[in-house]
Amino acid sequence: MVIKRASDIASSEITSKAEYLNRREFLRAAGVAGAAAALAAGGLATGEVSLQAQEAPHGRKFDGVKSSPLSTDAKPNSWKDITTYNNYYEFGTNKDDPAANARNFKTVPWTVTVDGECNKKAAWHLEDILKGQTLEDRVYRHRCVEAWSMVIPWVGFPLSDFIKKCEPTSKAKFVEFTTLDDPKQMPGTRSQVLTWPYVEGLRMDEAMHPLTILVVGLYGEVLPNQNGAPLRLAVPWKYGFKHAKSLVKIRFVEKQPMNTWQLQASNEYGFYANVNPSVDHPRWSQATERVIGGGFFRKKTQMFNGYGDQVASLYAGMDLRKNF
Amino acid sequence: MRVSDRTLRFVLKPLVFLAALGPAAWLVWAGLTGNLSANPLSDITNETGLWTLRFLCLALAVTPLRRLTGWNGAIKFRRMLGLFAFFYGSLHFLTYVIVDRFAGLDFPDGIVAVSTLRNLAASVGADVYKRPFITIGFAALTLMVPLAATSTAGMIRRLGRKWQTLHRLVYASAVLGVIHYWWLVKADVRSPILYAVVVSLLLGFRVWRRKKGTGVFVSRRVPAV
Repeated sequence: MVIKRASDIASSEITSKAEYLNRREFLRAAGVAGAAAALAAGGLATGEVSLQAQEAPHGRKFDGVKSSPLSTDAKPNSWKDITTYNNYYEFGTNKDDPAANARNFKTVPWTVTVDGECNKKAAWHLEDILKGQTLEDRVYRHRCVEAWSMVIPWVGFPLSDFIKKCEPTSKAKFVEFTTLDDPKQMPGTRSQVLTWPYVEGLRMDEAMHPLTILVVGLYGEVLPNQNGAPLRLAVPWKYGFKHAKSLVKIRFVEKQPMNTWQLQASNEYGFYANVNPSVDHPRWSQATERVIGGGFFRKKTQMFNGYGDQVASLYAGMDLRKNF
Repeated sequence: MRVSDRTLRFVLKPLVFLAALGPAAWLVWAGLTGNLSANPLSDITNETGLWTLRFLCLALAVTPLRRLTGWNGAIKFRRMLGLFAFFYGSLHFLTYVIVDRFAGLDFPDGIVAVSTLRNLAASVGADVYKRPFITIGFAALTLMVPLAATSTAGMIRRLGRKWQTLHRLVYASAVLGVIHYWWLVKADVRSPILYAVVVSLLLGFRVWRRKKGTGVFVSRRVPAV
């Protein structure tokens, strides 16, 4: 039959509890060790603790995470809001599907393949990507193309730090990001709701921008699976669908990549997807947004999601109505 | 099936009435106790819309149920089901007007002002005019207004045969409702497809019967001799 809930998992595919607990143990050890190693170099200067960090639900906290001047002062959404209201179609199309279906998602070991126009093509272990890397709290405004928004205290580091290690060549004009496509673990990918794997892209200068980060954590802790663990993008002046999750491939390319949502509906979703209150989605207005946990009245959406001072120059002379 | 009028009137109908209020009661309860998602206002908009479609389907299922089971008592529930579709449709529209439009207004003269009403009307009007899926949803609800207004026994008597013709508008309302739903979904159209199939079956049943003749399971064709 055509209509089928995609989230049905054969019981044989569910990880046994023993295995699951094992993995948690391993993960905890790996996480703590990895983080410690990674952060030893970063120094312990935490600065003032800018976050009212909440109780750790699983106790895998990063140590020595630095605060960042690029964070907003706005009050972050609750852990619950951020981890139960997710668009992550690989785990289902309902907002609460990812929290339910990503519970046993395996993030260790994790490899990211770097390919394309660069000198250091390699398969990177996540631990190696994090080695010597200072992590920062980045509290960002997050605006979904569906006209809702949150404030999210990510933990991450500039994507530019990693890109430099890959030594892109002069031909590298764009960066393409690919999300894991694993029908065994990701029930959403068993139906062709979107074209899998999920692909996103940034122009090189966007990717190198200091606001663009690779995210490994939330509220000072290891990133929950439903939020794109173990490694995802955050590009706060763009709509949420640009923030590719669970990255397995980063490719440097000469031509503008075709991103998944543009492939799905090119009249509704573009490549740039900069937050822009004056360019409506064909089916709804982008002028205002529903602030999750933010009371009854809607907020006026700001150009570039309020990051215009930092990023507007990237688009000088461009027609943003055409390049939506 | 034989159900006495007393049972129908004092037991079954009140039960169905209470059950039909269930979704609204649940939304209120879940909203007040924090059991909706992180975006409860959006949940209320979506749920009231879905329940409108569900009650439309239930109302449209009454006739096929009668024909297929021969239980004519089912007709006694049709008005209630149709009115509940209108009830949830009105809640759906009201939620949209308040949560989506009113909450996004500027209030240059304060909230309690004539300009607020004017701006709200302009905001809703522009949205209904500009966005096809809202235009269609609005049309689906508008078509239900004369049906709700003529649902009383007095109106049925007064309109006579015209009543039946008028109330066929519900078919259009259901089709538009499904299109409205289909159109608002971003990519996953499986749920809209489900409703499209159900509505198609319910309307298809009527077409099929009309082609076949009007009697209850009595073929009009004369058997070949």
